[in-house]
Amino acid sequence: MKPAAFVRHVPRTLDEALKILAQVAPQDGRVLAGGQSLVPIMAFRLAKPAHLVDINEVEGLDRISNDGKLLSIGARVRHAAFHKSVVENPLGLLLTEVARHIAHYPIRVRGTFCGSLAHADPASEWCLVAATLDATMVAKNTRGERPIAAKDYFQGIMSTALAEDELLAEARLPLLASDAKFGFNEFNRRAGDFAMAASLVCYRLQGGKIVEPRVGVGGAEPCPRRIAEAEAALNGKAPGDAVFRAAAEAAASAVEPLEDHQTTGEYRRDLVRAVVRRALEQSIT
Amino acid sequence: MTAPAKFVGRSVPRLEDRPLLLGQGRFAADISFPGQWHMRVVRSAVAHGKITSIDATAALKLPGVHAVWTHAHVAHIPRIPFRLTRIEGLMPYQQPVLAEGVVRYVGEPVAVVFAIDPYVAEDAAELVEVSIEPLRATLLATEQPGVFEHELTTEAGVVRKAYGDVEAAFRAAHAVVALELSVGRHSGVPLETRGALARYDESRDILEMHGAAKVPHWNRDSLAQMLGRKRESVQLFEGHVGGGFGIRGELYPEDVLVCAAALKFRKPIKWIEDRREHLIAANHSRDQHHRVRAAIDAQGQILAIEDEFFHDNGAYMRTHAATVPDLAAAMLPGPYRVPAYRATGRIRLTNKTPCGTYRAPGRYESTFVRERLLDAIAAKVGVDKVEIRRRNLIAKSAMPYTLGLETLGTHIVYDSGDYALLLNKALAAADWKNLQEQLRQRRHAGEKVGAGVAMFVEKSGLGPFDTVRIEVTPAGIVEVITGVASIGQGVETVIAQICADALGVDYAGIRVIHGQTDRIDKGMGAFASRVTVMCGEATRLAAVKLRDKALRAAAELMQTDAAKLDIVNGAIVATSGSAGPSMPLAELARSLPGGLSAEDTFESGHMVYPYGVHVAVVRVDAETGGVTIERYCVAYDIGKAVNPKLVEGQIAGGLAQGIGGALLEEFLYDENGEPLSVTFADYLMPTAREVPELAILVLEDAPSPLNLLGLKGAGEGGVNPVGAAIASAIDDALERPGAVTQLPVTPQRLKAIMAAAR
Repeated sequence: MKPAAFVRHVPRTLDEALKILAQVAPQDGRVLAGGQSLVPIMAFRLAKPAHLVDINEVEGLDRISNDGKLLSIGARVRHAAFHKSVVENPLGLLLTEVARHIAHYPIRVRGTFCGSLAHADPASEWCLVAATLDATMVAKNTRGERPIAAKDYFQGIMSTALAEDELLAEARLPLLASDAKFGFNEFNRRAGDFAMAASLVCYRLQGGKIVEPRVGVGGAEPCPRRIAEAEAALNGKAPGDAVFRAAAEAAASAVEPLEDHQTTGEYRRDLVRAVVRRALEQSIT
Repeated sequence: MTAPAKFVGRSVPRLEDRPLLLGQGRFAADISFPGQWHMRVVRSAVAHGKITSIDATAALKLPGVHAVWTHAHVAHIPRIPFRLTRIEGLMPYQQPVLAEGVVRYVGEPVAVVFAIDPYVAEDAAELVEVSIEPLRATLLATEQPGVFEHELTTEAGVVRKAYGDVEAAFRAAHAVVALELSVGRHSGVPLETRGALARYDESRDILEMHGAAKVPHWNRDSLAQMLGRKRESVQLFEGHVGGGFGIRGELYPEDVLVCAAALKFRKPIKWIEDRREHLIAANHSRDQHHRVRAAIDAQGQILAIEDEFFHDNGAYMRTHAATVPDLAAAMLPGPYRVPAYRATGRIRLTNKTPCGTYRAPGRYESTFVRERLLDAIAAKVGVDKVEIRRRNLIAKSAMPYTLGLETLGTHIVYDSGDYALLLNKALAAADWKNLQEQLRQRRHAGEKVGAGVAMFVEKSGLGPFDTVRIEVTPAGIVEVITGVASIGQGVETVIAQICADALGVDYAGIRVIHGQTDRIDKGMGAFASRVTVMCGEATRLAAVKLRDKALRAAAELMQTDAAKLDIVNGAIVATSGSAGPSMPLAELARSLPGGLSAEDTFESGHMVYPYGVHVAVVRVDAETGGVTIERYCVAYDIGKAVNPKLVEGQIAGGLAQGIGGALLEEFLYDENGEPLSVTFADYLMPTAREVPELAILVLEDAPSPLNLLGLKGAGEGGVNPVGAAIASAIDDALERPGAVTQLPVTPQRLKAIMAAAR
């Protein structure tokens, strides 16, 4: 579990980082941020990048900012930054609620928000947040930048729309309405493990009825995504057990579940049903 | 004459903690010698196959690579011998240090690379091209035995244990209860992986191996024999050890390889196992499938038990030989009267990692089987699970109780115990009656909650002997030199406490030397919960001897009668009171030409038998199949607790491992024998979040009559019945007796159980 040899580059500016990345990308050059996914993979020699572009010294990437509409999270922002609310908006509380489910404290202190999005593990909590809230990923290379919508960004298990010379410089999350309600739930066999299924829900109430519902499911399919069928089951209805169960059932039916040696598709559907309902229940408590 | 206990029985602080808490521990990886080479093992990626070629050309060309070895380089080294339970016919199944033409599990060492640093060694290992022609992998121990090699089948041996007329009992039975049960493959996973560093000192003709653990003397003897050296020219050194649990410290191929290479190349050779290697190369354990039947009378009293089980030992027979299935068979009857008994344990080889012992070896398995059986008998005759146990417990008046079986070269005689009393105490501690009512109400309200109870008899204090030498150094330090080992369990503290009381000194000034073969010629090591019992009593004997010697010598110097002297706080004083003369032990030691020391040996032909009760309360999540342990209570009678806090630590740690085996930990393989549990993301150890608050009762109602202090070992009672207790609690939560038949109870399996009920 010693990684193969690699060259580590330590740029100080974003331009420098992008230049180096452009040069080394063809030789399997990778960006190193928190290293909580990449480094173990390298230790197992499942990845043998010849070059690492270490962005931990790059100025400006550690910023979290908001312009009243969007929360922008730079590439060096750690999971632990969200232990406390980063913005006076329900989104701040949502991120805090989700963050505590991410692995364990030492990992949260090093791992980064954007690193999780770049790694794109199907069970990643931040990927679920990005998909559910329709985040925009800002990819940069030496030729410029391009925004990528969440629905286009996630392309498969650990596969994204980022080109090999592109750095995920920031992620932008829409601020939520001040009366937004949300809930999050995940199931795993141990605290801190990757979720076997997770759900994030978010909506508003108008005249006691659910409007603008968002139901995201992660860990169950190759990519996290919003489940339109579950959202339809909620839209216009008053929150309550029967409605939540109907939405959970719709989500369970809609997913095309991942299977593995121990986990049947049927079991994964059961988990989706449970986590969606529990996330919805949490939204009203 | 023995001084009153000042230290034994008290939870004094551990002597070994200071360096560990300050980060000054010396674990295997912390040791380095100038000019050392690093060894990397090239392991089979195929579960079963013929090696057609191994090409090291590219590896040898890599700068920094010194050598590559395959089986041809070590063909003169015999296979790794057995340490325990050598039943007939197992020898041909021993493991070679490097694969000999055939690979039998993923992870089997096929070659080793020696290089300038561990990075280059790993680079080079990847360049060694091993061509293997795959053969069919055997993965089920219950299938018909196939061919191992030539006329040898994959049934390496059969353990048979029996007494009484089983057939007659079944003929006379009111009813028969039959179960099919299995315990998954899991193992001890110490925080510190294995490691070994060998060097050869030509000037003294001494081969040293550092990184030894558990059984340094036995390994010294085996290494000497395997490498054709005199035993006194091989010395093993134990540093700090980050957990043993049965698997660490056995003699493995890697230990032999570093020693052979140090001799060959005249360079220190260092090997540190990585975690992935550990999970596929170090001993696995458990993995048994039982078909058990009980004959009972109308009241549910057991008339006979018959058990046939299949023990999946993986690819080879390692140092433990038949130990695990032997213990499973021998300890299955537990605390109950079983008038007739027959167990047949079939040791089957599969193409998985070879197995050895893991904390409560064989008993975690057979306690699960026996206690499942008791719950099933309760259901059959329609009585409560506590009542059925009461009806079958061996009475206190029957002690000592001769079981009529043998294991580890000893006759099983339960030395002392009051099982019914302990059950009562455990149930009282768990507030069992109120608990039942609370659980009933919660179930009525729709929750799936339940309680389980499991009982067991442990064994400990395996002989045949332990020898201890105590020396008072000229500086006044009392050194206790022993052939046992410390795997983190608190040996230094406990032995010092016993020595302190017997000798009359402060425990904190005692230095316990263990695991160093150059300091004492013989030693048995640390396993089978033996150290406190065997080494403890040997220490007491040696300390009493030393005390007498010191008092006699002092009496001569002080011109008085030895009977009028005492040793208090490390000084020889007059018994009459404060007025008399006083002489520190150090001064006495300096004044004696031969120094001040004594040696004694404690021999024991019988083990001692602690016993316990576990009570578990669980909540089942019907939607996800998740299980939460809400409460857990352990009552364990160990005769005499030298240091109650350390006993509690043993129990708490054991419980965590028991929970792992009950709910989480499992080495899984795919249909080709590819291991699926090779990281801590796949092999799930319980964390602090999964381990509940624990109520522990350490009891001393039944001291052992086999040693003066009444000691019984405490190492394995925390883990032994955890699978059984949790299974019983899950059944209760589901209101379905007998629902759990397989460990671990994963959420997937539990959902399947619940689905099958619908």
